[in-house]
Amino acid sequence: MATLIALETARFGVPQWLWTIGFIIVKIAVVLAGVMLHVAYATYFERKVIGRMQNRLGPMIVGPYGLLQPIADGIKSFFKEDIIPTNADKPIFFMAPVLGLMAALSSLAVVPFFNGFVIANINIGLLFLFAMSSLAVYGVILGGWSSNSKFSFLGSLRASAQVISYEVPLGLSLVGVMMMAGSLNITEIVNAQSRYPGGMYIIAQWLGFFVFVVSAIAETNRSPFDLPEAEQELIAGFFTEYSGMRFALFFMAEYTGMIIMSSIAVLCFLGGWTIPPFVLKLLPFLGVVPGIVWFIMKLYVCIFFYYWIRSTLPRYRYDQLMAIGWKVLIPLSLANIVITAVLKILLHHAGTP
Amino acid sequence: MINQIFFFYFSAVIVAMSVMAITRRQVLHGVLYMLLMFFHIAGLYLFLNAEFISAVQIIVYAGAIMVLFLFVIMLLNLREDIRKKQFIAVWPMGLLVSSGILMVVLMSMLTVRTGTKGVWGIAQIERVTETVAVGTVLYMQYLFPFEVASLVLLVAIIGAIVLAKRKVK
Amino acid sequence: MIPLNWYMWLSGVVFCIGMFGFVTRRNIIIMLLSIEIMFNGVNISLIALSHYLEDLAGQVLVFFIIAVAAAEAAIGLALVMLLFRNKETITVDDLNELKG
Repeated sequence: MATLIALETARFGVPQWLWTIGFIIVKIAVVLAGVMLHVAYATYFERKVIGRMQNRLGPMIVGPYGLLQPIADGIKSFFKEDIIPTNADKPIFFMAPVLGLMAALSSLAVVPFFNGFVIANINIGLLFLFAMSSLAVYGVILGGWSSNSKFSFLGSLRASAQVISYEVPLGLSLVGVMMMAGSLNITEIVNAQSRYPGGMYIIAQWLGFFVFVVSAIAETNRSPFDLPEAEQELIAGFFTEYSGMRFALFFMAEYTGMIIMSSIAVLCFLGGWTIPPFVLKLLPFLGVVPGIVWFIMKLYVCIFFYYWIRSTLPRYRYDQLMAIGWKVLIPLSLANIVITAVLKILLHHAGTP
Repeated sequence: MINQIFFFYFSAVIVAMSVMAITRRQVLHGVLYMLLMFFHIAGLYLFLNAEFISAVQIIVYAGAIMVLFLFVIMLLNLREDIRKKQFIAVWPMGLLVSSGILMVVLMSMLTVRTGTKGVWGIAQIERVTETVAVGTVLYMQYLFPFEVASLVLLVAIIGAIVLAKRKVK
Repeated sequence: MIPLNWYMWLSGVVFCIGMFGFVTRRNIIIMLLSIEIMFNGVNISLIALSHYLEDLAGQVLVFFIIAVAAAEAAIGLALVMLLFRNKETITVDDLNELKG
């Protein structure tokens, strides 16, 4: 890609840095547009999947097989009246959904979608993802606090406690992956996986993967850990008072968060855009399939898993949720770190990396 | 040139946000200004080639400590307290004292003389990446302080639980 | 390049703002925030020195300071909770039972 840019520069006489900046902006636009499209159709996919699992059809009216339903939903929420509670703390009320969506979208900057396509290939990619996912809680807390309503307040208290608690196992579960890859750069982690004989870290890090999946579901406030927005108890939790486009922003933030968590799972545990070497040896023709196809397929498997769990399991009680987080997941992830470290040292001394 | 523009932007925002944070009547607004300030400090750290510390700054300060503050503010019913007088009566005295100390600090900076340079130049850090470099120094030379820090955190966890827990009946 | 002194001045200014807040505000939570501001002022100077002296000890020290700051915030806020539960106030001037 760099040589291509150099050639173009020579042709038009435009300075190099302008090309670089323009190229980055085009990349950002492509990524944002692509992810927003997937967010819209993730809602459609969710309603279809859950409909099928509950023995009904899901959206069917708008367009063939209801395919235009997300667009109709978007237009509807855009033109709805924007209600602001009288006693709300207005600047914070306006800011909260934007903050939530911003934290979710800026994580996309370090996610490599296929080999070489990443907006910012930084050395601390995984830490950046942690930082951004720890900011997601601000949208929730501030939204609930500023709308000055009991339900929002309770919802946001629950949500912040839950998200803070589950951030710890989420971070610790990925430490095993960092140790195996020896890097925090996500592209580097994927490349290390393709060199690893199993091809995917899920084989060696199954314990870490289990902890990661459970805490990712809790971190994105999805069922069965959707206590912050439990419809039956709290109406809708922290965004009870939001309507119209602001509500849609919270909704988008939640689904973007889901996509981010799924793509971390794909990149760190499922091999990203690569396929395991032994599969490639068995079926060599799979090598011609571009990496982005594998990435999106794995991503949708993860998202399907989210929906599958949602339509299968009942909601946990709040004390159960906290007990799982602190008494089960954190010790498990610590054990995983210790086991990985010991095995790595033993194997290193035995000669095989 | 571009470095200096960025430095002035970051430092202006840091100073302005810290002033805003300590003068707000509503505590929660102060916390939000602090949040903005932490982001700009993290940006400043990136300029100083401390990418690991800047990520830690956001994860720990913005992601944990400020959330803890927000959490406590939400748990307490502060409607009475925020109506009280914001500053002590003799706040000009405080201003005088702190600006006096500021003067001393600024003047003393003029004569600061740095010692010998260490081994971790930019080229060396770039060769092994910054996280590896910090990890090496942390676990090779500062292992004992690291263990002590973990003990401090353990004490803090136990202390916080003991203090904040209601009496068991 | 930016001279080292600029960073040191910035750190001094941020530290003194934090000190002013700590001395003059009477709300305990704001006072704790001021302490965090002072920590950050010191951290800026440590990181700057670590960069200019090409020695990573400064960054390691900042790492420890952040850990201690987290511990301090946890204990401090637990104390604030306890105070509010017993006295219904977090203003320092209202805590005058000793009349010292």
